[in-house]
Amino acid sequence: MKKAMSLVLALAMMLALAACGGGSTTTTETPASNTPASTTEAPAASGAASGSFKFGASGPLTGDAAIYGKAAMNGAQIAVDEINAKGGIQIEFNPQDDEADGEKAVNAYNSLMDWGMQVLVGPVTTGSAIAASAVAFQDRTFCLTPSASSTDVTANKDNMYQLCFTDPNQGTGSADYMAQNMPGHKVAIIYRNDDAYSQGIRDTFVKESAAKGIEVVYEGTFTKDTQTDFSVQLTAAQSAGADLLYMPIYYQPASVILAQAKNMNYAPIFFGVDGMDGILTMEGFDTSLAEGLMLLTPFAADAEDDLTKTFVAEYEKRFGETPNQFAADGYDVVYVLYNALLDSGCTPDMSAPEICEKLIGQMQQTTYNGLTGQNMTWSANGEVSKMPVAVVIENGVYVSA
Amino acid sequence: MKNLKPHTKHNIVTFAGLALVWIIVSVMRGQGVLGRSTTGLLVPICCYVVMALSLNLTVGIMGELSLGHAGFMGIGAFSGIIASQSLLNIIPSVPLRLITAMLVGAIFAGIFGFLIGIPVLRLRGDYLAIVTLAFGEIIKELITCLLVGVDEHGLHMIFNYRGLKNVDDLGLSPTGQVIIKGAQGATGTQPIASFTAGMLLIMVTLFIILNLIYSRTGRAIMAIRDNRIAAESVGIDITKHKMIAFVMSAAMAGAAGALYGLNYSNLVAAKFDFNTSILVLVFVVLGGLGNMRGSIIAAVLLYVLPEALRGMHDYRMLIYAIVLIVVMLTTNSPVARNLFSRWFRFGKKGEEDA
Repeated sequence: MKKAMSLVLALAMMLALAACGGGSTTTTETPASNTPASTTEAPAASGAASGSFKFGASGPLTGDAAIYGKAAMNGAQIAVDEINAKGGIQIEFNPQDDEADGEKAVNAYNSLMDWGMQVLVGPVTTGSAIAASAVAFQDRTFCLTPSASSTDVTANKDNMYQLCFTDPNQGTGSADYMAQNMPGHKVAIIYRNDDAYSQGIRDTFVKESAAKGIEVVYEGTFTKDTQTDFSVQLTAAQSAGADLLYMPIYYQPASVILAQAKNMNYAPIFFGVDGMDGILTMEGFDTSLAEGLMLLTPFAADAEDDLTKTFVAEYEKRFGETPNQFAADGYDVVYVLYNALLDSGCTPDMSAPEICEKLIGQMQQTTYNGLTGQNMTWSANGEVSKMPVAVVIENGVYVSA
Repeated sequence: MKNLKPHTKHNIVTFAGLALVWIIVSVMRGQGVLGRSTTGLLVPICCYVVMALSLNLTVGIMGELSLGHAGFMGIGAFSGIIASQSLLNIIPSVPLRLITAMLVGAIFAGIFGFLIGIPVLRLRGDYLAIVTLAFGEIIKELITCLLVGVDEHGLHMIFNYRGLKNVDDLGLSPTGQVIIKGAQGATGTQPIASFTAGMLLIMVTLFIILNLIYSRTGRAIMAIRDNRIAAESVGIDITKHKMIAFVMSAAMAGAAGALYGLNYSNLVAAKFDFNTSILVLVFVVLGGLGNMRGSIIAAVLLYVLPEALRGMHDYRMLIYAIVLIVVMLTTNSPVARNLFSRWFRFGKKGEEDA
């Protein structure tokens, strides 16, 4: 019986651990616990406004893509805290983990709906966003995703909006930039062909580059399981005579490409898109490898405007790292949603479908200046219009190209 | 009841339990007691239960370790999606289309199970595990290369093995619809899966498996598992019986995959990777090899657990892992087993051979 006792004790310990895990997070999770204090002074400051909107959020907080989800949620949290500190109508923020998986994203969405979510920040990644937005479309819940960039995310769904560029937009942007600023180069492309994001950008880039007279001499592919060695693709690109390497991929495989290219003394111009953002803050990455790397990104952490400076300072103070584009996207999403809610006359006691209808009308009239672009406007199909900025990495920081 | 065989009694209890759960959940849904998150979990739970049951046939009854079961689920999912989407206008009735899709998924997965079985079943033990693992990955990569669309002329399909083609090369007419976009997976699928279909699928799967186990074929399969040489010496055709179990297991995984694929409007092939195979294997091992009732319970509990832990935020996956370790230790300890068998004496009888 001693063994049985020890098992029971082990179980009890586990439950206790689970219980304190739950206990500590519930207190940190609900900033609502301090809202009564701020809402009581709010009416005096801004009139009749009171109550709080429930913002749900969904992104990968664990797994391969966790860095994007965490950054977006951290950025959004800063915006929420800023808004709540000002008084007026408050925001309750509830970020949920979707593991960048469509199935889990639907689960996360459903549990947020149980919580009483009124608008959704996210989902952060494309596959999740497509899966969850189909359910949100049925329910009439308004979603603004910080970074799910495929056109399939917004296609045929009037309640789904994007804050980031679409994939075609990035492919076109890259081709335009190359045609204008670096003509005559021989281009090699290395992309991940089991990833919607990478394949999507590559498809439009190839189409656009044919129209604009950019010569593509080599295309190499890889998958999630083969992203640790690129010597074959790099050798092929080199022997094809490519002097510009286009990488519409995330930064983890790109860091391997940069290191391997250096080892084999292959030094083309490296050109990335927004997934490359974050490479400088990657753990264990030798930033000298990224010297001269060009990328299209809507956000540069070294920009001199006040908004960026305050945001970067706050982010560094809280999370101990330089914010990337996803953090900035998350921050902007909260402000865009909050402003649109107020401008369209929504109140916290309205239901999600009522808010959704109002916001759909409001979004097309909204113009927003934020961290990730000036004069952002939205079209009826949910796509944002803003200018991509090309930056080049010099001495370990982004410099406008 | 008295003159029934013990295993028949045991099976009747299992089916009665399933029916009871079905009725209770349906009533609760009707009353609106279940939250949205629970309702949303019902269909995936059914899919994983069927996956666990079908894998248990390979691992528990046939006694061969398969690490590529998610591959069959993937084949079923994508062939089911293609069937459902291309029959949108031909079969307007949703239940009928869902059944067709599940059948198509089962047939395709069964065919692949047969093809894969030819080389695989000549191997034993670790070798078989590694080969199935490889096949699972190959299936995933092949689906990633598929471009499929449908228009009034029928199905258009490209095998995009060099990655240089895209949906424009399908040559669809303007009214055509793309079903699978290679790496971007199946998008815009009409989700038609339902809990009723899931429960029916579980019942049918369980019925097939239990009938197989207690048939002449099933006894032959288990004889091969327990002592291959002895089985061979009494004239049992090893390859044939193994093939029957393997193909049936694959086909049922295909049906589960079709149901799963039709529950989401977006599905990528990368979902059906090694991790999913292992997840299902964990359900089977935890539920007990050869123990079908255990597989059902383990699949439900382990699928619900990470969702139930959402309140813990960052600690969610940590706690999930700890729970998994503790549960594995407990179920393996003889003391706990004694305890359990005393609690559930009725259910455990006749299943101890697992």
